Amino acid sequence: MSTTNRVITYRQALNETLRAELERDENVFLIGEEIGVFDGSYKITAGLLADFGPKRVVDTPIAEEGFVGTAIGAAMLGLRPVVEIMTLNFSLVAIDQIVNHAAKMHAMFGQQVKVPLVIRFPGGGGQQLAATHSQNLEVWYAHIPGLKVLAPSTPAEAKAMLTAAIRDDDPVIFLENLALYNIKGEVPDGEQIAEIGKAAVVKPGSDLTIVSYSRGMVTALHVAEEFEERGVSIEVVDLRSLRPLDRETICASVRKTSRAVIFEDDMLSYGIGAEISATIGEGAFDYLDAPVRRVAASEVPLPYAKPLELAAMPSAADLVRVVEETLDSTRFMK
Amino acid sequence: MLRRYYKRMSLVRAFELRANEMYARAKIGGYCHLNLGEEATVVGLTAALEDRDYLYTTYRDHGYAIMRGMDPSAVMAELFGKATGVVGGWGGSMHMFDMEKRMLGGYGIVGGQIPPATGAAFAVKYRSDAGPKSEAVMCLLGDGTTNIGAFHESLNLAGLWDLPIVYVIINNGLGMATTVERASAEPDLYKRGCAYRIEGVRVDGDDPVVVRDAARVALRAAREERRPSILELMSYRLKGHSVVDPGRYRSQEDTAEARANDPVPAFRDKLITKGILTEADADDIDAQAEIRVTEAVTFADESPDPGIDTLFNGVYASPVANLPWQLPGQPVVAS
Repeated sequence: MSTTNRVITYRQALNETLRAELERDENVFLIGEEIGVFDGSYKITAGLLADFGPKRVVDTPIAEEGFVGTAIGAAMLGLRPVVEIMTLNFSLVAIDQIVNHAAKMHAMFGQQVKVPLVIRFPGGGGQQLAATHSQNLEVWYAHIPGLKVLAPSTPAEAKAMLTAAIRDDDPVIFLENLALYNIKGEVPDGEQIAEIGKAAVVKPGSDLTIVSYSRGMVTALHVAEEFEERGVSIEVVDLRSLRPLDRETICASVRKTSRAVIFEDDMLSYGIGAEISATIGEGAFDYLDAPVRRVAASEVPLPYAKPLELAAMPSAADLVRVVEETLDSTRFMK
Repeated sequence: MLRRYYKRMSLVRAFELRANEMYARAKIGGYCHLNLGEEATVVGLTAALEDRDYLYTTYRDHGYAIMRGMDPSAVMAELFGKATGVVGGWGGSMHMFDMEKRMLGGYGIVGGQIPPATGAAFAVKYRSDAGPKSEAVMCLLGDGTTNIGAFHESLNLAGLWDLPIVYVIINNGLGMATTVERASAEPDLYKRGCAYRIEGVRVDGDDPVVVRDAARVALRAAREERRPSILELMSYRLKGHSVVDPGRYRSQEDTAEARANDPVPAFRDKLITKGILTEADADDIDAQAEIRVTEAVTFADESPDPGIDTLFNGVYASPVANLPWQLPGQPVVAS
């Protein structure tokens, strides 16, 4: 039996996966604001209420702490809730339930209870939504033992990782991005289940490693292709899972290329890139030909005005410049 | 029946007094909140629960754990942080848990238990129909907790979705040192569900039979009509907020009155007056409780500490690639 591929959007991949899991397992249900009658703020759940009914697709009032905690309690009794929070920003009012409760229960209650829960939300700026609606705080969740944090960058990964997340017995934070929902890609038909905790070398190369995840991967791959045309071979590592973090794949790549640039949407200080950089320092120090550089967001509340917003967000041009500087520092570029 | 209730109250009293003593002797670490003064509430509420029901409690949970059927020795061992504790030494005083007994946790974060308890009720409704054989959920909280957002969001959801849950407010008059009147714009706490069309009743928390009967009515409404409700129990904390709190914010008259109304001797005297117990019976029950608690302490004392090699065993239920298992200072990746 050969697998066929279809080109679909990231949004459609998520929608089809939710549908498949609702069909597969009676214990799976969706819960969140405007996911039913309204079809989802970003239409990820379009059509699901019509087909599965209000028991399986539960519209909630605006009460993130309440409905996230409700999902946790339902998971304690063996249901498999998939929560949609409208954006990452609103997860902050539910953070006590996520960090103090979902993440702790399995360990603190002596492994007697599992919390098979998925919390999906998009992060990211770039839509002129101003400071409170444009954040990349995934590192807050990636910091917490007991949580798993996944950040797929393509439609195919979105499908395979969401399937894995729903079938996993731990609370999984599933990071999407507003700028990814409309991207298209080939997605294999049939059941696809990602291995949680593994990074992927999505483009092999020999001269420099770019490490990125989620939306940043689109830019990273684009920039890598540009350098290819200039005769520079760039390897691109997609983290895929922010917790657990696949340190060995990152270090193995840098041991090969001797140079690393991290491209991330979050804030520079204490960010994802800081952790990657420290990992490379520990695992590939002797192989490095240049300092590890980070291309991250400017440390300001993201402004509304388009020129300011663009200036604060890491761009392809910023990544190109930092890659060139890293290569230049070792006289790689003639 | 009443004799059995006195036995239970006596056991909770003996257990908590011994826990207090063991804390002073540094056998117990961390925070330690006792059910002293709350024994009638503990016994009445747990008597109303069926085995199939789910109980969520606060951090003041030792008595509830024991009365839910958990082994007092394992509860004491948990206080001692031993491998034989109810959660293997991972939770301590505030986090007693037993899936089998459907004691779904002590919760250390004030109000943190309310949304998950509401979710348990959601799961009960998701999986089964209303009726006398249905499961129900009981969620305990203190008076101070009625001011936190999680309480109000949960009540709204329970009211909206007709969830089978009873929210029990144990009103001992004080959230740490803050009186109900200083904390709550509506100090009649049983009325606080009115915005969600959730009915409430207030009863005396010092009489186990009164508590049991009120809880049964509320549980029946949850079970058979999917009607959530509030049950407010008027109680009193005989000691400070936790074992290290001398309670200087309370007047001597206040404390003296409470001691006069101490539910354990009050219930004992009542049963003796009614001829259900003799003085000798009651003394025997108290002596048996002491023996049981002494056994628990011996068991806890002699139990092993959890092994360091088990440190990473319970962080995740589904192991996946690249989970970090290093002790402090160990390398995170091969160089």
